[in-house]
Amino acid sequence: MFQIFTQLADFVTFDVLSLTAGSRLGESVHFFIEDVTKIFTLLIVIIYAIGFFRAMLSPERVRKIVGGRSRFISYPLAVGLGAVTPFCSCSSVPLFIGFLEAGIPLGVTMAFLIASPMINEVAVVILAAAVGWKVALLYVAAGLVVGIVGGLLIEVLKLERWVEDYVWKIRMGETVLQKVNTTLKDRLAYAQAQVKEIVGRIWVYVLIGIGVGAVLHGYVPQSFFVEYASADNLFAVPMAVIMGVPLYSNATGVIPIVEALMAKGVPLGTVLALMMSVAAISLPEMIILRKVLKVPLIATFTAILFFSFVAVGYLFNALLT
Amino acid sequence: MKNFKVLGSGCKNCINTVALIEKTAAELNVDVTVEKVTDIADIMGYGVMSTPGVVLDEHVVHAGGMPTHDMVAAWIKG
Repeated sequence: MFQIFTQLADFVTFDVLSLTAGSRLGESVHFFIEDVTKIFTLLIVIIYAIGFFRAMLSPERVRKIVGGRSRFISYPLAVGLGAVTPFCSCSSVPLFIGFLEAGIPLGVTMAFLIASPMINEVAVVILAAAVGWKVALLYVAAGLVVGIVGGLLIEVLKLERWVEDYVWKIRMGETVLQKVNTTLKDRLAYAQAQVKEIVGRIWVYVLIGIGVGAVLHGYVPQSFFVEYASADNLFAVPMAVIMGVPLYSNATGVIPIVEALMAKGVPLGTVLALMMSVAAISLPEMIILRKVLKVPLIATFTAILFFSFVAVGYLFNALLT
Repeated sequence: MKNFKVLGSGCKNCINTVALIEKTAAELNVDVTVEKVTDIADIMGYGVMSTPGVVLDEHVVHAGGMPTHDMVAAWIKG
């Protein structure tokens, strides 16, 4: 099904640009062309389809669904809905306050905020197209578990005291859930607007990710990764997670890098730990959350994520090699 | 005269939404006022969690993303 993108890249790289197959530049350019065409085609098709069926949830609706439920239900619900609810990181603050105001526990709210950037349906389909369904499902499962465990830890540690005081005083007005127009014309217009909005927000990250993936693919020899990033090297997983922290990208943007690293034989656990770290821990997100969380809570939150991702990396490396 | 409020903490989409409303009103030759609401407590007071949100004469008409040109035109004319 994705052969067509490989053939297109073959044609452009080797016939139009006359680059040599197997040369460094040739391999990099081939990777770049194949991934740009494949990923952007998939992005547009998937977002359009989801938008058309109005499958997208709004944070306001999630708040209604999760609010007032027992923890056995609210934690899995929060991470599950976090995975499929698109929201821009600039909405993290109102979302956080809105959840707490509805009586949703801090742990459940944090579970939602952990899962949301890490997993989304668009990234999962593209990940599956790039490296297979098995890896994509493992990634989703690990992400959901990390979200629940992270949220539960924050709850057990009773970290509510590290939420800014003003947050507890805000009272929310009655939420007006958007009326959904379901005529064909409205659905098409909505789907198109969603494509424009989401692709407009993430295309830079995706393009940079493909560029980095292409350079890794063409220019970094396999022996480099065998030496430094094999499963025997215990430092490889924590290093991958640490390297992911300053890198700020959307989950979809990391996929080309995941693809290139896996092709070079870097173990799956190490690669998935890197992907989670890039998507979930980022400085801009921390700065935004600083408006509602005191520094010790942000530090604890980051530490919990760091150790969870390292654990995921070791676990997968141990189980799958 | 219609009064619009754009709810949002200053993200790019919020600024674009303000510009879109002003531009559309100018096209239709209708005088409107557009206010930016950036205080988080005020935004939440309208029951909006996903920004940008649009309030028309104290009623929330939109939340969670840029409205389309057609939607804005309908608010201004309606």
